[in-house]
Amino acid sequence: MTISACLQLTRPEFVLNVDLNLPSSGVTALYGASGSGKTTLLRCIAGLERECRGTLQVKDETWQDEGRFLPTHQRRIGYVFQEANLFPHLDVAGNLDFAARRSQTADSRNRAGVIELLAIGHLLTRGVEKLSGGERQRVAIARALLSSPQLLMMDEPLASLDAARKSDIMPFLERLHTELDIPILYVSHAFDEVARLADHLVLLDQGKAIGAGPLDEVCTRLDLPLAQRDDAGVVIDAVVSAHDREYHLMRLDFAGGSLHAGLKDLPLGSRTRVSIQARDVSLALSCPTDSSINNRLCATIVDFTETHHPSQLLTRLDVAGTILLARITRRSRDQLGLNVGQQVWAQIKSVALVG
Amino acid sequence: MILSPDDWLAIWLTLKLATVVTLLLLLVGTPIAWWLTGTGSWLKKPISAIVTLPLVLPPTVLGFYLLITLGPNGPIGQLTLAAGIGLLPFTFAGLVLGSMIYSLPFAVQPLQQAFEAIGRGPLEAAATLRASPLNVFFTVALPLARPGLITAAVMSFAHTVGEFGVVLMIGGNIPGATRVLSVQIYDHVEALEYGQSHWLAGALLLFSFLVLVLLNLMKRDSSS
Repeated sequence: MTISACLQLTRPEFVLNVDLNLPSSGVTALYGASGSGKTTLLRCIAGLERECRGTLQVKDETWQDEGRFLPTHQRRIGYVFQEANLFPHLDVAGNLDFAARRSQTADSRNRAGVIELLAIGHLLTRGVEKLSGGERQRVAIARALLSSPQLLMMDEPLASLDAARKSDIMPFLERLHTELDIPILYVSHAFDEVARLADHLVLLDQGKAIGAGPLDEVCTRLDLPLAQRDDAGVVIDAVVSAHDREYHLMRLDFAGGSLHAGLKDLPLGSRTRVSIQARDVSLALSCPTDSSINNRLCATIVDFTETHHPSQLLTRLDVAGTILLARITRRSRDQLGLNVGQQVWAQIKSVALVG
Repeated sequence: MILSPDDWLAIWLTLKLATVVTLLLLLVGTPIAWWLTGTGSWLKKPISAIVTLPLVLPPTVLGFYLLITLGPNGPIGQLTLAAGIGLLPFTFAGLVLGSMIYSLPFAVQPLQQAFEAIGRGPLEAAATLRASPLNVFFTVALPLARPGLITAAVMSFAHTVGEFGVVLMIGGNIPGATRVLSVQIYDHVEALEYGQSHWLAGALLLFSFLVLVLLNLMKRDSSS
């Protein structure tokens, strides 16, 4: 934990008040509805909100405390804005140079590498007005990287793009995740982006952090509103372990067992993420051999909780250490006589690859 | 030749005055406009009002107060006397100062509008890329405000060329030093030399018209 942020910002009708410890590696998603304060929190960390009070420690540097407010240009950050904010008076190369020239470190990330990582080599001489939305964001990300940041911040970089452009950019963001060794703070209100990219999750609601921790942990905390969503579920890291070309399936191994999913163009051994929604998981007392459902896992019931549907319950299942969520009716629980600690079979109707 | 040597002198003086005033106004007006754009200070409104004042004030009123302040008993007058510069009224330098104050809103307002049009996005982006505030101003704000800079220059120049009241109050009518074009026209009319007046007045009319056409053309260019 090397980013510690205890920050307050008071505005008319909005108060941000968080006390967070964020990990120094991987992608941390700041997730919440619009108006929850996630962008404001990001801007506070970047030093873009001068009225922000509190303390902010990044690695061994104090960016802000009672007597100190390090201005934005002295914080080693990279910031990708929702609207890219490229400089319209410069072409793409000019925008990149703007960042590279001001980068303080001698070992600044090499320009060619960044240009290749984001595949913008063919755009260098183009004016920024002539870029598509997706290209603009890629250039903005490259520009942020060329300033050799200690911390990369992204404020809904996909929000201004349509669905097709989003899926164009997503692979680049995933590459950042695997190829960069700096922490990334990623603001989003779209859970599918979070599920694909994030390792850690900070759940924001009305200016407060109501939950923070590793993604799977926060997703399966029944006291948080994430579990109350209709598409509540878990995201599990998995490895492709077998291809079944006859049935067009592939086997994915995860910590608690293995699952089958539709065959995708992923080589054996490659890492991926699967999302399993609570509404796609049903329970049986014995191993159902007469069911069409492929994915069956032996699990132990951890607990039950009420949902906002009076008929339904949400239950957490422990599959050899991996937590799954299942949504069942209260009637089913009573008819099957399900209890905490009991062993059951979880049938999973749908396994979606998210990364 | 229809124009007399005195007419040519007045034209030359007017162009010299307008050029000097325009250059100085860009130097002074740009920081003022930049400050007005970015500040949240309570001083913003009063300063903004002071900058706009010459727009609504009769030039004679402005000239009168300048005459008093710059005169031997005025605070600035005593300052310039003490500094060994002498008194500014009825000199070219005095005219420059008066014209700068008179044309200040014509420089500051287009600049301020141009700075405001940039929005905070590019400026914040520059700050996150380690550009200091001064660096942001020179490498991002100023280049992006170029249309405003051009408008400010053209407006300041044209407005100074057409100035009359302030000149008459603090400059008087000294050939080659303070007798500018508009005063020269006034003199011609006083002397019933309507022919001469026509030439000079017509030239000023055409000049003003061309300036406005030019500005409109440039605005269309930058918006397309």
